[in-house]
Amino acid sequence: MSAEIYKRVRANPRFSELEGKRSRFAYLLTAIVMLTYYGMMMLVAFAPEVLRTPISEGSMLTIGVPIGATIIIGSWLLTGWFVNRSNGEFDQLNNEIIREASK
Amino acid sequence: MNTRNLIGAALLALAGPAALAADAVGVAQKQPLNLTAIGMFFVFVVATMGITYWAASRTKSTADFYTAGGGITGFQNGLAIAGDYMSAATLLGLSAMTFSKGLDGFIYAIGFFVGWPVILFLMAERLRNLGKFTFADIASYRLDQGTIRTFAAFGSLTVVCFYLIVQMVGAGQLIKLLFGLDYATAVVVVGVLMVIYVTFGGMIATTWVQIIKACLMLFGGTVLLYLSLGEFGFSLETVAKKAVEVHKDGIKIMGPGSLMADPVTAVSLSLGLVFGTAGLPHIMMRFFTVPNAKEARKSVFVASGCIGYFFMVVCALGLIAVVIVGTNPDFYEGGNTAGKMIGGGNMPVMHLAKAVGGNLFLGFMSAVAFATILAVVSGLALAGASAIAHDIYARVICKGSASEAQEMRVSKIATIGLGVVAVLLGILFEKQNIAFLVGLTFGIAASTNFPILILSMYWRGLTTRGALLGGLAGLISAVTFVVLSKAVWVVVLGNKEALFPYEQPALFSMPLAFFFTWLFSVTDSSARAKTDKAGFDDQYVRSQTGIGAASASAH
Repeated sequence: MSAEIYKRVRANPRFSELEGKRSRFAYLLTAIVMLTYYGMMMLVAFAPEVLRTPISEGSMLTIGVPIGATIIIGSWLLTGWFVNRSNGEFDQLNNEIIREASK
Repeated sequence: MNTRNLIGAALLALAGPAALAADAVGVAQKQPLNLTAIGMFFVFVVATMGITYWAASRTKSTADFYTAGGGITGFQNGLAIAGDYMSAATLLGLSAMTFSKGLDGFIYAIGFFVGWPVILFLMAERLRNLGKFTFADIASYRLDQGTIRTFAAFGSLTVVCFYLIVQMVGAGQLIKLLFGLDYATAVVVVGVLMVIYVTFGGMIATTWVQIIKACLMLFGGTVLLYLSLGEFGFSLETVAKKAVEVHKDGIKIMGPGSLMADPVTAVSLSLGLVFGTAGLPHIMMRFFTVPNAKEARKSVFVASGCIGYFFMVVCALGLIAVVIVGTNPDFYEGGNTAGKMIGGGNMPVMHLAKAVGGNLFLGFMSAVAFATILAVVSGLALAGASAIAHDIYARVICKGSASEAQEMRVSKIATIGLGVVAVLLGILFEKQNIAFLVGLTFGIAASTNFPILILSMYWRGLTTRGALLGGLAGLISAVTFVVLSKAVWVVVLGNKEALFPYEQPALFSMPLAFFFTWLFSVTDSSARAKTDKAGFDDQYVRSQTGIGAASASAH
């Protein structure tokens, strides 16, 4: 029974639309997180002095602190965006596809 | 201590409470009996036993036992995942690292964090849609059941056993230190409680123990930050200024230092962490406890929020401890602040708790640390028991003909067996340097479990032969690199020079695993290979849409 449904889902052009959109979105966010993180690691490895710049004149805190915090908070916000879009827009499309396939 | 040692010690610190065992001091010295801490821990045990009693009445089927019947909400599961990841040693090890190395500790913490968004983007939904009870369910979805399920189950068990040893040894040392209990007593207490939680309460009890502990940890960390930052007028700038004044490395602590001086080790380590986390059976299992993909996604959002927040709090605590603990002779042996810290190098945050919150707060934080270990070992025991009972016994040996009652009985026997093994190994390894076990655990998870898992979900061309041989290549290379590295070759086996210069195998063993999986898959023209590839289309639709996915049970 389910093999039939799977076949009908595959035949539905909206399934390709869903998987295309959702995968592109997931890859994009993965790339953003990985590039920022490994970008920072490259700074640490090859240009550590950059991260030693004070955040303001006479401050003891360096820009390493806000950069690090931004990576953590920023990538967390990205997970929020992903969940929001997946649980809303994508799931709606998904439910329609399932409904059409089980008719 | 050189860079590589430090990274090894730090990885250990974060991955398991074994931090204390890896500490330069080696074996922790026993402290006087701490009655406040024991009292608070006792309250925790009584409360969780109550939950276990309640959970036992709701644990009737195998689905209840392994995955709480899929009835955990995304929010609850998020807290439980955070609980799995915020170990006692995250609190102790990470703060100790910021205490001694400053910004390096923070940079380190970020590496432990970024795996989570990636797991969400690439895996969470598919894990939920394809899996039922174990990660082997997914790996063997369209591949040969007998071969791949057996291999995946042994992969899980290997990771579980190594990780259990690490946790047990860490637990013994930590409890000896914080509670003043005997090492063997501590290990036995942990083992017995773990077996009770899991055999009676299954995943429901394990999840709630995790949730309570995560809340206690977040609460304790926040209160400690509030109290200690209050002494500086809530200004991180003031903390930084004073810390730079009193730290022996001065202004250097505010920038990257020696810890990341070796980029190859740093990258290899972070690969192992990011993808090793995604290959830990007790973490993957958490995705099967929620009713659907929607809740699975939510749970990662909640989990990564808690983990990110907690890591930042812990790093701030480490910096504050530089000023409050680092200048207070009471916390040093013989009152010499340049000498050895009382209880060893991983104690700054505990001393900080005492300094700003008194004995009562120290007792509370110690009890939280103990609770944490219990929660993590319970999750591990459950993951191990499911690999034995569900994968090996019910699916491979009985080929699906075992009744639920039989499978439940086997899983309970397996849990007791794992408990006994964990206690015995914990005692056996008391005086051993177990730093290599953490590298090995994450190395195997990242190079054996992860490649099979991700390729089975994403790559049509994966065949049974490719998965088996590629997985073996990852396993053998990860083990070999760790054995030839300094941690085993020099420290354990007593040779002079390490044959493999890095502590972390992932950067090398992961590509090997992927390469051989690819090679043995594309050259595979057997009939089995055709079946394997033909199964991809249906699996793909299920992974994307959730049609046919295991659903939550009735209650």
